[in-house]
Amino acid sequence: MNDLRIERLTKSYGPGAPVLQGLDLTVPGGALAAVLGPSGCGKTTLLRIVAGFLRADTGTVTVGGRTLVGPGVQLPPERRRVGIVPQEGALFPHLSVARNVAFGLTGLDRAERRRRTEEMLELVGLAGYGDRMPHELSGGQQQRIALARALAPRPELVLLDEPFNALDSALRAGVRADVRTALRATGATAVLVTHDQQEALSSADVVAVVREGRVAQCATPQDLYRLPADPWIAGFVGDAVLLPGTVGNGGATATTPLGPVTLAAPPGGRRTGTVVIRPEQLRLADTDTADAVRGTVTDVCFYGHDAMVSVAVDGMDAPVDVRVAGPLPIGPGEETGVRVTGEATLHA
Amino acid sequence: MTALDPAPPPPPRGSHQATDPGQRPAPDGRPAGHTAPAGRRRARAGRRAPLLLVVPACVAAAFALLPLGYLAVRALERGPGYAWDVVADERTLLLLGRSLGLTAVVVAACLVLGVSLAWLTVRTALPGARAWGVLATLPLAVPSYVAAFTWLAAVPEIAGFTGAALALTLVSFPYVHLPVAAALRGIDPAQEEAARSLGHGPLRTFLRVTLPQLRPAAAGGALLVALYVLSDFGAVSLMRYDTFTRAIHTSYRASFDRTPAAALSVVLVVMTVALVAAEARTRGRAGHARTGGGTARPAVPLPLGRWRIPALAWCAGVTAVAVVFPLGSLGYWLAAGTSATWDLDGLAGAAWATLGVAAAGAGLTTLLALPVGVIAARHRGRGARLLEQAAYAGHALPGITVALALVFFAVRYAYPLYQQLPLLVCAYAVLFLPVAVAATRAAVLQAPPVLEDVARSLGRRPLRVLREVTVPLAAPGVAAGAALTFVVCMKELPATLLLRPTGMDTLATRLWTETGAGSFAAAAPYAAALILLAAVPSYLLGRHRT
Repeated sequence: MNDLRIERLTKSYGPGAPVLQGLDLTVPGGALAAVLGPSGCGKTTLLRIVAGFLRADTGTVTVGGRTLVGPGVQLPPERRRVGIVPQEGALFPHLSVARNVAFGLTGLDRAERRRRTEEMLELVGLAGYGDRMPHELSGGQQQRIALARALAPRPELVLLDEPFNALDSALRAGVRADVRTALRATGATAVLVTHDQQEALSSADVVAVVREGRVAQCATPQDLYRLPADPWIAGFVGDAVLLPGTVGNGGATATTPLGPVTLAAPPGGRRTGTVVIRPEQLRLADTDTADAVRGTVTDVCFYGHDAMVSVAVDGMDAPVDVRVAGPLPIGPGEETGVRVTGEATLHA
Repeated sequence: MTALDPAPPPPPRGSHQATDPGQRPAPDGRPAGHTAPAGRRRARAGRRAPLLLVVPACVAAAFALLPLGYLAVRALERGPGYAWDVVADERTLLLLGRSLGLTAVVVAACLVLGVSLAWLTVRTALPGARAWGVLATLPLAVPSYVAAFTWLAAVPEIAGFTGAALALTLVSFPYVHLPVAAALRGIDPAQEEAARSLGHGPLRTFLRVTLPQLRPAAAGGALLVALYVLSDFGAVSLMRYDTFTRAIHTSYRASFDRTPAAALSVVLVVMTVALVAAEARTRGRAGHARTGGGTARPAVPLPLGRWRIPALAWCAGVTAVAVVFPLGSLGYWLAAGTSATWDLDGLAGAAWATLGVAAAGAGLTTLLALPVGVIAARHRGRGARLLEQAAYAGHALPGITVALALVFFAVRYAYPLYQQLPLLVCAYAVLFLPVAVAATRAAVLQAPPVLEDVARSLGRRPLRVLREVTVPLAAPGVAAGAALTFVVCMKELPATLLLRPTGMDTLATRLWTETGAGSFAAAAPYAAALILLAAVPSYLLGRHRT
C-alpha cells in the first residue's frame, strides 16, 4: 500500500528557529490525513518538501517503501508520483479544462488519454465541462478540476494545500464531501494541509496537529477531540473548559469546582492537574438538582443551532462555558445549576 | 496608448517610447520567500536554473557588456596618457559644461511641467482633467529629432541652446508627469484629510504631506530625463548645439584617429552610469508605502475657484506647444511640399528598410532577452542578479557609444561585418535589451509560480514546464515587449547613422539628412511616415494593456 512515512524531517530558513524540528508522521495507505496547525507552524513547508519543491535539511520521506527524500536522495517533483492541489486550484489559464486534466497523462495514446480525462471529470461531477476554459468555472468547480488533474495520472499520494480556503462557507461543505468521495474512489493516500479544525475533523481519517515544527498529536478525529494530548491541543481543535482538578477514587475520577468528573484515561501518577472538558458535556440544571453546582449566568451567546452560556461558579476565576441546544431557558444574571456528563482528560 | 503601463519601462534612449518610468521594477521587488516560509511565493533560490537557460542568458549578458569593455580597451590603446589628454582637454571640459547645463535646464523645466500637470489633472476639478492627462503623455511618441525638426522648420533662429532645450523638454516631460501622476493617485486622501483636520491649510498640506511623498517619483522621472538628455543625439545635432554625443559623432567622422571619440565616449558612459547609480539610490530609499490596511477612497477633486481659467490656460498652452505645434508644423511642411520635392521611391525604400531593420532588431533582442528575463523572474541569488544587471548595461549606454564600440570591434576582429546589417541589428540588441528583459521579466512574474510546481508534480521536466506553461502564459507580455522594442528600434538615430550599410537609409536617417540640409519640405514626409509607422505597434500595445 502507498503508506506515507516521514521521519525526523528538519528544515530551517537561515538563522532562527528551524521551521521543521524533526517531524515524524505516518499515514496509512489509502487514508486521508489532515495536517492541522496554526499559521507558521511549518505545515506548508512540510507539504512542499514532500512534493519536492523544497529541500529538507535532514530526514526521510518514503511512499509505499519508495524513498523520495533521504540521505543522498532528492527525487525531482516530476518523478515522485505525488499529485498536488494548490490553494485556489491554480489551473493552467491557457488550457481548456480537458487539457488541464490531461496534462499529467503522458505516455498514453490519445483515446486512452481522452477516456481517462472523461472518467476523471465524471468522478468530480463535472462531466461535459471539458471544453470550457478555467475562467468560465466557479471557484468550487475550479477546485474540483484541480483535484481531477492531480488524480488523473494515478499518483500514489495527493497533497491538498488548504484547498477549500478560497471557497465561501456555503460552497465549502459540498466541495469537501465531493473531494472526499473522489479520493476514496481512487484509493490514493492523501494529505490535506489546513488551519481550519472543523475542516480537519470533518474530512480526515487521521488528524496530525503540528506545533512548532513537530507533530504534537496524531489521532483519529474522534480521539483527538475526546482525548487531546494537552490543553493547548484541546483548545486548538475545539472549545474547551479547563478546570483545576485533584485525582481521587484510585485515579477514576477527579474533583473539580464542578464536582467529581470521570476520567477517560488513568492520570499517570499525577495527583493534581488541569481537567479538560467540552462545553457540550456540561448541562444546565435546576439549582436544587443533587449533583449540580450553583452559579450565575454572566453572558449568553446565541448561534442559532445552539447557544453558549457562560456561568460564574464558585472556585473558578473565569466563567465556564456551557453549550445549550434548543430553546434558551435562561438569561444573564439568573441563577442556574451546572452538571457534568461524560468523561474528561487530566493534564499536567 | 494608456498612460499607466504595467510593463516596466525601457530606459530613455535616442528616441522616445510611451511607457511609464514610474513602474520600473524595483531591484528588491522580487518575492521575499526565503525568509517567509509561509508566504505565497516561496524560495526558489535552492533550485538552480537549467543549463539550457543559463548558457544563452550568459551569451546575452556578454553581448551587452562587450561594447562597454571594448570601448575601455580602445580608449586606452594609445596609453592612458593620450586618453587623459583628450579627456582633460579644455574643449572636453567645455563640452562637459554644455552637456550638464543643458541637462540641468531640461530637468528643471520637465519637473515644473510634469508635477504641475500631474497635480492639476489628478487632484483638481479641472474641466476635462482626464483628456488633459492623456494629451500630456502624447509627446512621448515624438522622437526628439522630429520635435527639433518641427521647431527648426518653423523658427530657424531657435537653433542652439534654446532650441535644444525646448525640443528636449517638450518630448521628455512625460517622464516626470507619468510617475508623479501615478504616485498622486496612490496617496491615500485620508492622509491629507488628517492634515487638514489637524489645522493645516490646503497649501501647507500639499507642501508638508503630499509633496514629500511625490519626491521619489519626481526624482526617478527627473533622472530618466537627465539620462535621456545626456544620450540624445538627434535634437542637439539638428539644433547644432555641441554636446558630448554630437562631439563624438563629429570626431569620429572627422578623423581617422578614433581614440578621441572613444575617450569622449568613456566620459559620457561614466556620466550616465553615475546617473543610473543615483537613480537606484533614490529608489532604494523610497519607502512611501501606505500604512494601514483598507482600500483608499478616491480623493475628492479640489475645486479650483478663480484659478480655473489660469489652470486651463496652462494645460492648453503646454498641449499646444508639445502636441499641436509639432503636428501642425509637420502638416504645414507636408502641404508645402510638392510632388517634385516628394521622393516617393526614396520614401518607400526608407520605410521598407526601417521596417526590416526594426523587425530584425526586435527579433534578436527578444530572443536574447527571453532566458535573462525568465532567470530574473524565477531565480534569485548572486548569479541571477549579475546576469540581469549585465543585460541592463544598455540602459546606461548612449546609442552613439554602442555604435562606436561595435564599429571598432568590427574593424578589428570582424571586418566582413563592418557596415553590414548584422552589426546594426547587434547594436539595437545591446541598446534595447533592457526594454525586452524588463517586459519578459514582468510577463513571467505575472504567471504564478504555483502553476510550474503543479506541472512538475504532474511529471514534466523543467524545460518542458518552461515550454508548455511558462512561455505560453508569458507570451502576450513578451510579444508586447517585442512590439515596444520594434518601435524604439524604428526611431533609433545615432547608432543607425553610424552602422547602417552603405547606401541604406531609414526614415530616421533620411529625416536627419534632409533637416540638416535645411530641406524641411523634403524632410516632412519621412517624419510623418515614422510617426505613422510607430503609431501602429503603439496602438496595439495600448489595446493589449487594456
